[in-house]
Amino acid sequence: MAETEANSVSLAILGSGGAGALTAGGILLEAAGKAGLYGMLTRSVGPQIRGGEAAALVRLARDPVECAAERYDLMIGIDWKNADRLAAEIPLSPQGLIIADPESGPVPEEITASGALVVEFPLKQTAKAISGGRENMVAAGLAAALTGMDIEAVRQVIRTKLARKGDDAVSSGLACLDAGIKGAEKMPRSYKLNTTPQSDRDRWLITGNEAVGLGAVRGGIRFAAAYPITPATEVLEWLAPALARVGGALVQAEDELSSINMAIGASFGGRASMTATSGPGLALMMEALGLSAASETPVVVVDVMRGGPSTGIPTKSEQSDLNIAVYGFHGDAPHVVVGPLGVADCLFTAQWAVHLAEAMQVPAIVLSDQAIGQARAVIDRPADLSFFANRRIWQGGDQDEQEYARYALTADGISPMALPGTPGGQYTADGLTHSITGTPSSRMSDQKAQMDKRRDKVEQFDYGTHWAEIEGDGDTVILTWGSTTGAAREAAARLRAEGTDVKLVALRLISPFPAAQLLQAIHDASRVLVVEQTHSGQFARHVRAHCDLPGEVRPFHREGPRLIGPAEIVIEITDWIKP
Amino acid sequence: MNAPTCPSFKAGDFKSGITPIWCPGCGDYHVLLSITKALAALGRPPEDVAVVSGIGCSSRIPAYTNCYGFHGVHGRSLALAAGLKVARPDLTVMVMSGDGDGFSIGGNHFLHACRRNIDMTYIVMDNRVYGMTKGQPSPTTEPDWDSALSPGGTGLSPFHPLVIALASGANFVAREFSGDIKACTNTILEAIRHPGFSFVEILSPCVTFRPDEKEWKQTVHKAIVDPTDDPARAARRIMTDDGMNTGILYRGNRKPYAAQVSDEVGDIKALEQAFAL
Ligand SMILES: Cc1ncc(C[n+]2csc(CCOP(=O)(O)OP(=O)(O)O)c2C)c(N)n1
Ligand code: SF4
Ligand SMILES: [Mg+2]
Repeated sequence: MAETEANSVSLAILGSGGAGALTAGGILLEAAGKAGLYGMLTRSVGPQIRGGEAAALVRLARDPVECAAERYDLMIGIDWKNADRLAAEIPLSPQGLIIADPESGPVPEEITASGALVVEFPLKQTAKAISGGRENMVAAGLAAALTGMDIEAVRQVIRTKLARKGDDAVSSGLACLDAGIKGAEKMPRSYKLNTTPQSDRDRWLITGNEAVGLGAVRGGIRFAAAYPITPATEVLEWLAPALARVGGALVQAEDELSSINMAIGASFGGRASMTATSGPGLALMMEALGLSAASETPVVVVDVMRGGPSTGIPTKSEQSDLNIAVYGFHGDAPHVVVGPLGVADCLFTAQWAVHLAEAMQVPAIVLSDQAIGQARAVIDRPADLSFFANRRIWQGGDQDEQEYARYALTADGISPMALPGTPGGQYTADGLTHSITGTPSSRMSDQKAQMDKRRDKVEQFDYGTHWAEIEGDGDTVILTWGSTTGAAREAAARLRAEGTDVKLVALRLISPFPAAQLLQAIHDASRVLVVEQTHSGQFARHVRAHCDLPGEVRPFHREGPRLIGPAEIVIEITDWIKP
Repeated sequence: MNAPTCPSFKAGDFKSGITPIWCPGCGDYHVLLSITKALAALGRPPEDVAVVSGIGCSSRIPAYTNCYGFHGVHGRSLALAAGLKVARPDLTVMVMSGDGDGFSIGGNHFLHACRRNIDMTYIVMDNRVYGMTKGQPSPTTEPDWDSALSPGGTGLSPFHPLVIALASGANFVAREFSGDIKACTNTILEAIRHPGFSFVEILSPCVTFRPDEKEWKQTVHKAIVDPTDDPARAARRIMTDDGMNTGILYRGNRKPYAAQVSDEVGDIKALEQAFAL
């Protein structure tokens, strides 16, 4: 057997029609996590509601995994129905291995073109020989054995996962696993991690969408309004029971026009509030987001971006809602846009967004995306953060005090907000231009004073060091934001290992644009590669609109669904700096 | 916040000092007076009442009250109010709208607010015209009403808000005429007190763009039968009346929407534990 050892292994299990590829992938990831490894499970699925093609893409490593693999070592096809459509997203290594069930017909040419070795194994027949057996568990056994996983950990996960289906389900699951493990003995190639697992660390298994929800609740969100949309629905489905458990509530709305207004109404009542959506929903919310800005009623909107425009590719990722999130409001409406830098960072950034929205009484848009939202990863237990909803509340006045002015002009632009129920604080929140007391006004002086105030509170706020993650040193800079950070970070690490110094700057704060901080961080750069997942280079233009970057600047961007990977960034930089 | 009824309030306590932008003679002045009287009779202090609206002449009302108010965007007042009431069940929530705001751009929210049956009171000042944008036909305008935007009329049959409310599940349905302040006050008070979603259509003349509506004073008449709790019966009555029949027409007993935010401090660590490996 040809045994390859590496720092990370990656495998894909394909199958359609409820074959259970995603379940098998989930079991392997969880077992790896329990055994002390890190890893990530991403999925590539077709548009069909049920029964469509699906691939579980699992990458395991000794250290935290922040982006999907760009080369796969092992592919197991439970069947190949429509698999050609996914082939471009699952490039196989020429040293790779394809395990094909002869019952499922020939392996599609798009897949064999990789040059990987095709070996037949009777998955279905093996499963059929076991009472209640399922081929996805046989595939899990093959994958676990060929990647050298801790088999006892896999068994343990199967036992807990299948327990509610009864003892028979557990024993047939385990029997299938064993049959797969046995089958692996005859395979000509295997891929082992050259590492001892670090089982001493406290670890979580979480998706980006769950992490966003948890971060929001940790930040103080107690009300959410929901309208389902792929790939954001899981944020809402996680929040529904979670909010109920902490005294909050989630309401299902009739559309996004409603959900955003519900969240604004709840926030007016004094509860930190949010909704989650994707591009089409964000487009519907724009008018009300302007209301949130003008009436200074905080609200958090999580946009789990997908391919656009229009309905686009609902199940796949892009970062192309940057423009609408930053520039989509009518009128001048200062607000906050932030982007999480990976699965684990979804928690941090969402919690920070709640804090920012509440502290400044503004709308805050969190731009996550399908690539991190629906990825499940093993991460280190996140630290407790000190960001909480901390709104400046008007506590009531004395008899001889002047009339309460909701929109009073203050040094930092933030005015104390009276909550309904507080005697003497009555005011009308308004999207009409208003005076300091909230009375509608069309005077030049009120328009200017209130606009200045709204700008100042957002621009003068102290965002601390959280505006970006900065790593490494060197006059070559990779500048990116949001979910492409994982690939950029890995590219930077590879370049450093090859002796090239690179500095990575990954922006978490997209608007207001942290121009001064960025220029200070990269003032001595001679090359800046601006990396993002959009067709038109939205981020690059956004950066250039706010500052002149030092040195030579190259945008590097592409539409989805094929995710930007580390290798192409490495090539881009190496070609650039070659004398 | 949960004050017992205290009869010492006067209508004036619920009025702000802001002068309305309305035309002299606009029916909405009377609606403002009626809601302040009804709130005074309700006996809760102004700070425990929230008045939410959209956009239109009628939707300007919140700032003219001395309650907490939210003058939101066009057509979305019911959604905003729903969030507020779920977040703050202790408040009395009033939603004030117009026939364009409530039935055209906000039509979908109307259906779902009726279905959801959150405990709040929805008052639509129906003048069968878009007043604020200066005289275009609304969903309740007669098909032959001539205007610059729809010369010769729309030719469309008018919307039946009360029947639609019934069919969608509203728990209280009434129609009043703004000029009858006593009846309006009484019906609004009953609507507030009735649990669940209460809908009151108030015929409120636009004297500027629909001067013909000044005749409403003569053409409205009181419903001759008591309210029913049978929606089918109420619907039949409303479908066959002349649209000028006033009074409380339906009182249902559906259970109001239950989810509420509370002050309970939940155990977030327990939520986190679900992710631990
Ligand atoms: C999104 C949007 N579209 C259009 C308008 C313009 N507009 C303002 S009020 C109004 C109609 C109001 O009619 P109605 O609700 O009947 O109120 P009335 O003025 O008759 O009391 C319209 C179309 C707006 N403010 N917002
Ligand atoms: S235009 Fe009509 S509805 Fe508007 S204030 Fe004047 S009379 Fe009233
Ligand atoms: Mg009208």
